[in-house]
Amino acid sequence: MARMLKFNIFRYNPQDPNSVPHMQSFTIDETESMTLFIVLNRLREEQDPSLQFDFCCRAGICGACAMVVNGRPGLACHTKTKDLPDEITLMPLPIFKLVGDLSVDTGTWFRAMYKKIESWCHTKKVFDPTAQEERMDNAVAEAIYELDRCVECGCCVAACGTALMREDFLGATTLNRVARFMLDPRDERTEKEYFDIIGTDEGIFGCMGLLACQDVCPKYLPLQDVLGKLRKKMAFAAVNNFLPSFLKREINL
Amino acid sequence: MQIFQTDLLCIGAGLAGERVAIEAADNGFSVICLSLVPARRSHSSAAQGGMQAALGNSAMGEGDSPDVHFADTVKGSDWGADQECARIFVDTAPIAMRQMAFWGVPWNRVVPGEATYYKGGKPFTAFEKPENEGLIHSRSFGGTAKWRTCYTSDGTGHAVLYTLDNRAAQMGVEVHDKTEAIALIHDGETCMGAIVRCLKTGELRAYLSRATLIATGGYGRIYRESTNAVICDGGGHIAALDTGVVPMGNPEAIQFHPTGIVPTDILVTEGCRGDGGTLLDVNQYRFMPDYEPDKAELASRDVVSRRMTEHMRKGLGVKSPYGDHLWLDIRHLGEKHITTKLREVQEICESFLGVDPVHQLIPVRPTQHYSMGGVRTNKDGAAYGLKGLYSAGEAACWDMHGFNRLGGNSLAETIVAGMHVGGKVVEFLSGTETVIKTECMRDAYRKQEDRIRALIHGTNGRENVYAVRNAMFDTIMKGAGIFRNGADLQESVDKLSEILVRARKVGLKSNGLGANQELAIALKIEGMVKLAQCVCYAALKRTESRGAHTREDFPERNDRDWLNRTLATWAKPEDVLPTLNYEPSTTVFEIPPGERGYGGGKIIPMDTPPKATPKGKKA
Repeated sequence: MARMLKFNIFRYNPQDPNSVPHMQSFTIDETESMTLFIVLNRLREEQDPSLQFDFCCRAGICGACAMVVNGRPGLACHTKTKDLPDEITLMPLPIFKLVGDLSVDTGTWFRAMYKKIESWCHTKKVFDPTAQEERMDNAVAEAIYELDRCVECGCCVAACGTALMREDFLGATTLNRVARFMLDPRDERTEKEYFDIIGTDEGIFGCMGLLACQDVCPKYLPLQDVLGKLRKKMAFAAVNNFLPSFLKREINL
Repeated sequence: MQIFQTDLLCIGAGLAGERVAIEAADNGFSVICLSLVPARRSHSSAAQGGMQAALGNSAMGEGDSPDVHFADTVKGSDWGADQECARIFVDTAPIAMRQMAFWGVPWNRVVPGEATYYKGGKPFTAFEKPENEGLIHSRSFGGTAKWRTCYTSDGTGHAVLYTLDNRAAQMGVEVHDKTEAIALIHDGETCMGAIVRCLKTGELRAYLSRATLIATGGYGRIYRESTNAVICDGGGHIAALDTGVVPMGNPEAIQFHPTGIVPTDILVTEGCRGDGGTLLDVNQYRFMPDYEPDKAELASRDVVSRRMTEHMRKGLGVKSPYGDHLWLDIRHLGEKHITTKLREVQEICESFLGVDPVHQLIPVRPTQHYSMGGVRTNKDGAAYGLKGLYSAGEAACWDMHGFNRLGGNSLAETIVAGMHVGGKVVEFLSGTETVIKTECMRDAYRKQEDRIRALIHGTNGRENVYAVRNAMFDTIMKGAGIFRNGADLQESVDKLSEILVRARKVGLKSNGLGANQELAIALKIEGMVKLAQCVCYAALKRTESRGAHTREDFPERNDRDWLNRTLATWAKPEDVLPTLNYEPSTTVFEIPPGERGYGGGKIIPMDTPPKATPKGKKA
């Protein structure tokens, strides 16, 4: 019953002058409820301790273990071997800087992105510790959380045609983050201010609409809707000053 | 050698680390946070439940107050908590939650009108007051008199961590991710920073700081089966223990969860049992009613874990390539209930096991879950033993949890204690000048360089690091698992002494170049075995049962002899046992020791019962 699985894994240690990028094959016997988390740990402990890969929560919550599995970016922790063929190819995520083998540096990329979009609530108010909390409609809170669920795994960026072509593209994850703040009544930024951040080819107008981002998102975020709405909003923001007011009323701007 | 200098160095960038960092940055101090992973991947992100604070906005939280929260917390700790800290915690929690709302956490809010809730699997109706519309809502969590757990759907930790990390970025807190502190820089009196290994390049660096905070979470990964993220391997504790002067408080206080799935130890919620799920053995026989006729699967977390272990010890567990387990059966709840009310459970089963819980059994076993003990601090979060060293969150034994932690109190502790300790760190930074001795830095750096060289070249031996770790796993679970007894603990202590000697002879199989992960674990293994030894030795000496610490040979809670806290230090590096000292659990008694809220059991009372002192005043 048990299969022997063959893994072809990308190997390269940029810190080792003797290392050259290559593929290395491993075989391992499949066990029940086996995930790539179990496979990679067993390979490192039983066959090759130099193998580099990242896991953190190993429960689909933190986004650390994104890699390209048989050509498709996804989280390794909830990829079960029984859903895969006998031969499996593992590659590191593209676009992000390689640390070694399957491990990439997503932290630097994401930190730069959220500094660029100033990923925090912009408000002139000051917190008053003696006051009751400001009220919020629960439906709004839930809608914000729906977009806040992104785990920054980088799968959507790795699968994005535009991101592969231009280094400065913000990517679906970043645009989704902007949409989250646009939805949040606590953030006092105006549409114009948002336009300055994402109303460019680095931002929403760079998106080619291939929507691989939504296909590979392990959290099933509604990226297609988010990007569509953002693009519409930003397109109108761009022409807002030129449009006659009757037309604005008509298109509900 | 690359040298960084900062006012505050936070080792760990989860909720506690970042909350302290923000407080310092907000007051104009420079801060660097070190993190093994990008900050937003910290284990804090995995907490789904919520944070307790007595806001009293919801129907089921009506009449709640910090006093009620305080009583729940102290009772939950089995009177092992420091009552002064518990008081600070409950009084600060509502402010901290509101502040998080101000910074952007999308807390669920009160929706006025009739609402359907569940208790013990049965629906009931409550009326949410119109005047509370839009205030922070709260839900139920085990062991509390009122519903007071603030939450954001099923991702509280994630939502709060992202908001906090945003705020940290806004305040100019620097996060150096993929870095690991492997030793503290100190002279036996003052902490002056840390020696750090870059996990992107393998390069060794020195960080000099006027104040240093350990906020590295729990040390669950000294157990093989743990719900903790793989990064929770006690790195901060090891650095503290290695100083020889900073004690671990109550290392033996470890909480287990009954239903981690096998093989990956991800939790399925206790709601499964609450809703009517049953536990079955290898013969698919429901065994819990035999042990607990009244409550069966609904007995407390600890009791269920104990009974499951007891049953598996009788050989009635299910054999698997990953060890023995039992079955959780929720099939009889029906497809509709499972796909709506237990949707997360269904998703976990399908995503990680490939099991459909509507038609199939779920493999489960009790799993290490939370470390109540940690770096012992005073109520300001200042570590014992070294000036300028602080600790907060699960890493610390600030000690509001005592010997058992209430659900929802741990996640809240990260930001509540973070806020309080942050204030104290600011006071320290404002009022103290630290003299940095570069000689200490050079010594510490050289020592780590030598260690790395020895590991790569196998100078001390060629022990396989994973073999040593597996030996530690087997040993700690046998002695300091859910049930503990003198004989097994003594055996574990003896074995761990031998394993420690082996850990000192580890040599790498790979070349150790760059961000080599075998080197990372090799640098840590000796410390991990020391931590395991602290757990086992402290558990051996504690001849009573309190909270999660259950001694089969001493079933009573013994307030006469053991109403105290273990302080474990590693006096000399070559020792194979820690040095144990003790201090009173609390110097302030708002509530004198009383009945335990769970598990029943006999109590040996104190000879002279303490008098209750009013709120927060020293006796």
